[in-house]
Amino acid sequence: MSAPLHFQTIAELSAKLAAGQLSAVELTQAIIARTKAVEPRVHAFNSFDEADALDQAAASDARRSAGQSAGALDGIPVGLKDVIAVAGQPLTASSKMLANFVSPYDATVTQKLQRAGAVLHGRLNCDEFAMGSSTENSAFGPSSNPWDLTRTPGGSSGGSAAALAAGAAVATLGSDTGGSIRQPAALCGLVGLKPTYGLISRYGLIAYASSLDQIGPFARTVEDAAIMLGAIAGHDPRDSTSFKTVIPDYRAELKTRRGPWKLGVPKEYFGAGLDPEVGAAVEKAIAFYRSQGCEIREVSLPHTPYCLDTYYIIATAEASSNLARYDGIRYGHRTSAAKDLLEVYQKSRAEGFGDEVKRRIILGTYVLSSGYYDAYYLRAQKVRTLIRQDFLNAYREVDALITPTSPIPAFKLGEKSADPLAMYLCDIYTIGVNLAGLPALSLPCGFTQSGLPIGLQLIGQPFREADLLATAHAYEQAHGWNTQFPSL
Amino acid sequence: MSQPAELNIDRVAELSRLALTPEEKTRFAAQLGSILGHIEQLAKVDVTGIEPTAHAFPLNNVWAADVAQPGLAVSAALLNAPAQRDHMIVVPKVVD
Amino acid sequence: MNYEAVIGLEVHVQIKTHSKVFTRVGAGFGHEPNTLTDPVVLALPGTLPVMNKAALDAIIKAGLLLGCDIAPVCKWDRKQYFYPDSPKNYQISQYDQPICLGGAVEIELPGAARNVMGEHKKIPLTRIHLEEDVGKLNHHATDSLVDYNRAGTPLMEIVSEPAMHTAEEAFAYLTSIRNTMIYGGISDCDMEKGQLRCDANISIRPIGEKKLGTKVELKNLNSISYVRDGIAHEIKRQLAVVAAGGKLVQETRDYDGVAGTSQSLRSKEMAHDYRYFPDPDLMPVHVDETWKAELRRACPELPFDKQRRLIADYQIPYTITSVLIPDRALSDFFEATAQLAGPGRSQAVGNWIANDLLRELGAAKLPLSASKISAANLAALIQLIDAGTLLNAAAKEVFATMFATGEAPAVIVARLGLASAPTDAGELEAWCRESIAANAKALAEFKSGKDSAINAFKGPIMKAAKGKANPKLVDETLRRLLAEA
Repeated sequence: MSAPLHFQTIAELSAKLAAGQLSAVELTQAIIARTKAVEPRVHAFNSFDEADALDQAAASDARRSAGQSAGALDGIPVGLKDVIAVAGQPLTASSKMLANFVSPYDATVTQKLQRAGAVLHGRLNCDEFAMGSSTENSAFGPSSNPWDLTRTPGGSSGGSAAALAAGAAVATLGSDTGGSIRQPAALCGLVGLKPTYGLISRYGLIAYASSLDQIGPFARTVEDAAIMLGAIAGHDPRDSTSFKTVIPDYRAELKTRRGPWKLGVPKEYFGAGLDPEVGAAVEKAIAFYRSQGCEIREVSLPHTPYCLDTYYIIATAEASSNLARYDGIRYGHRTSAAKDLLEVYQKSRAEGFGDEVKRRIILGTYVLSSGYYDAYYLRAQKVRTLIRQDFLNAYREVDALITPTSPIPAFKLGEKSADPLAMYLCDIYTIGVNLAGLPALSLPCGFTQSGLPIGLQLIGQPFREADLLATAHAYEQAHGWNTQFPSL
Repeated sequence: MSQPAELNIDRVAELSRLALTPEEKTRFAAQLGSILGHIEQLAKVDVTGIEPTAHAFPLNNVWAADVAQPGLAVSAALLNAPAQRDHMIVVPKVVD
Repeated sequence: MNYEAVIGLEVHVQIKTHSKVFTRVGAGFGHEPNTLTDPVVLALPGTLPVMNKAALDAIIKAGLLLGCDIAPVCKWDRKQYFYPDSPKNYQISQYDQPICLGGAVEIELPGAARNVMGEHKKIPLTRIHLEEDVGKLNHHATDSLVDYNRAGTPLMEIVSEPAMHTAEEAFAYLTSIRNTMIYGGISDCDMEKGQLRCDANISIRPIGEKKLGTKVELKNLNSISYVRDGIAHEIKRQLAVVAAGGKLVQETRDYDGVAGTSQSLRSKEMAHDYRYFPDPDLMPVHVDETWKAELRRACPELPFDKQRRLIADYQIPYTITSVLIPDRALSDFFEATAQLAGPGRSQAVGNWIANDLLRELGAAKLPLSASKISAANLAALIQLIDAGTLLNAAAKEVFATMFATGEAPAVIVARLGLASAPTDAGELEAWCRESIAANAKALAEFKSGKDSAINAFKGPIMKAAKGKANPKLVDETLRRLLAEA
């Protein structure tokens, strides 16, 4: 029995569109209808423009009639996290600071998706300026987890995950700086991929931590993630940190790359703080790979205990600098209560930013300030070298690493928002990956007894997303976790 | 946990142009104090001879040819301007 | 106690590129406000910088011209401070790994007289680095307006060692940098357009003291004369304070060039902490020998080197070179013409260019590039004069016509009939004999050894020739006949 349209995959839907069984307009209408039905409960979107989405869908149908279909994504509704610029659309970062900001330019990934014919459907909620792990830091209210509306969908790309899980999009883009794609994917039962740093252009992504941020796809299946990745990956001359590397046909490679693989299990990722149900599900997944002939080796990433601290120094330092431009001068919120220039700055920023953003700006400014740079920022960048070296050492022995994505399943709204440090601990398994610049994905590997999704993380080698996807695909094909949907 | 002697929240708020209420100063100082306390453990790591990671996969000489491209029309440039006059951004009088 | 002033200059030179230093929107001056911006310039959310190759070429060239060490590796740092003219509220600059280190600027101080070359000195540099320029603030009664056209233009910051001691040296230093940058095609250095800016750090100390005194930074020196006057004024002010028993305060002062006074800028409420850190959006620059060699080949001869060479090789006076050197095209034109004109004629070439050509250009308000006089034609003119074919008055007329029409001198001479007539040898000899015969006094004086007596014969000969006799031939013929007489 086929799932309803709004839960079908890119692969299924593009085949139907190609076969003329479905029009892009019909598909977009279905997604819009679903969105309207679930949004009051899920709040995945900051905004969406129904008329504009239908226009794009109509254009897709016209292309197809003229025999000029752009490929697998042509006519597919894709939602973008509200930190990715689309010309003429709001770009709010879920912040009061940018509540009324309309972008005059497109991000590179936006242009790529448009060239691929995707229907860009809506601006997705997130933690403010991508800082958070639950979407509760959004200035426009949190999103809810479609699997249990009293719980968070994770963050910072919570809206991107919630929309997809609820059927309000066919695929979405998020961004990942410390786990902000993978953790929500795990909490919402989805595939979420963070590529190698430099694979996808950051031009048009509101910067949080420049040396850690990457855009990546949320999808229902590994194949869908491969399709999305193929559309948006590639060198961009407008991003000096983007890499010139050959982009394989990720989707096609899924069929040709087979195991067995040597998988490493980092012992530091299975210690205190790991929920027993999550741990059990991941162990089962490891057992599956072993049963398929994969060699499973315990490895050590000894600097794991320092990942969180290293991340919070580097990320906040870079963020404090990246967010300096939000000053109420050229754009964004300007206070009406300033008596001089200084107050324009101080009050606009005080009124425009939420607590978590302020905390990270303060921390970041502090670690860069005179007298503290060496002890904090410089030291953290050195520890980062050691963290990266840990992974590269492990890769001398294994092809990929297998870990839980999040130590816990989706937690209750409000549960962790009083204690920032408790919130930061959600990211302990994802953060090292960003520091090392490696690719990683989360895919569903089970449910808790109470029906909450559990995510499995696979961490790959630099620029070898094709191998990573194939490894994930092998697991997914043998399990049906992604054929279960929330009963929303 | 109280604010470590180091974090002068007034000074840092000044540097980052954030107006904080007294309540915020106390609350943030306490929260950041606890985070900084956690971060202190980095001091234990032996980093002798270790180079800092500036970029995960370093490149060099990433540049573009000096060819001028069209920019934004004035209307687009000032599309989101909070205050403008004569096609320029208005700010309170600046005393150098 | 005798004091000396110690001066260091921070000079900003805007590099002349087509596009800005970290994004490709056009760079320029005098455009309508906010018409040279793009998302990167305005620091819109999500934008990223990309280096401009030509800006790097230019600064490496500048470093080579000034004898700097070019760093094999350099990087970019964020200098963080909030100001409305700085869109990101950080400036991309270079902090601890600048692209050029060391180097020196050769300066020339005024000589004892206008026609005497003054003392030359080398002022050592600390460093040169590349950064981005900021926008422009226009102040009004109750508010200020910001124009971002200038924001993001490539800027070289040249920092000198505190090695100058007089306002005159500072003036010479700035002049030399300007000439060198213009020669190198790096910048037009027009201070009125903000392409060359200068801040001075001035202190005084007892002569013989090694330690530097309290430093005052002087800003708003926006013409070369203001640089000299402002520094001179500040030195005087500092000396007066000390003489009156007061204490100097480390401060920044704003110079008012019109009033000739300075005032202390209200001390900032907060001290600057620039929180420099390496910019994660930009990659380092590696400069290898091949790149340097390529740029070295593109380096012109330095102005002072050229000046010395012209004086030595062409034996033209210092005063002529002072006029020629500041304009590279003009001195190139001189050389080309002198080469064509041949040995012994360089001084004439220099005179014609420095006096006549510049006068014509000035009157017509034209640059040298618009001049119609080619090097070949000017050389030909000078050859004609030297051969006696063209006399001075006629030559001036020919030159004016050359300037107006670009024609070759021979063509003009023929058309206007200005040639000194080809003299019939017989006729000439007859005139000479007549003149000698008519002036016994001059003959006697000449015979007794007074060579200048020969000139007395020439007047009547030229009259007989209606002014068109070739003076050289006249002189030769006279001497031959006088020798026989």
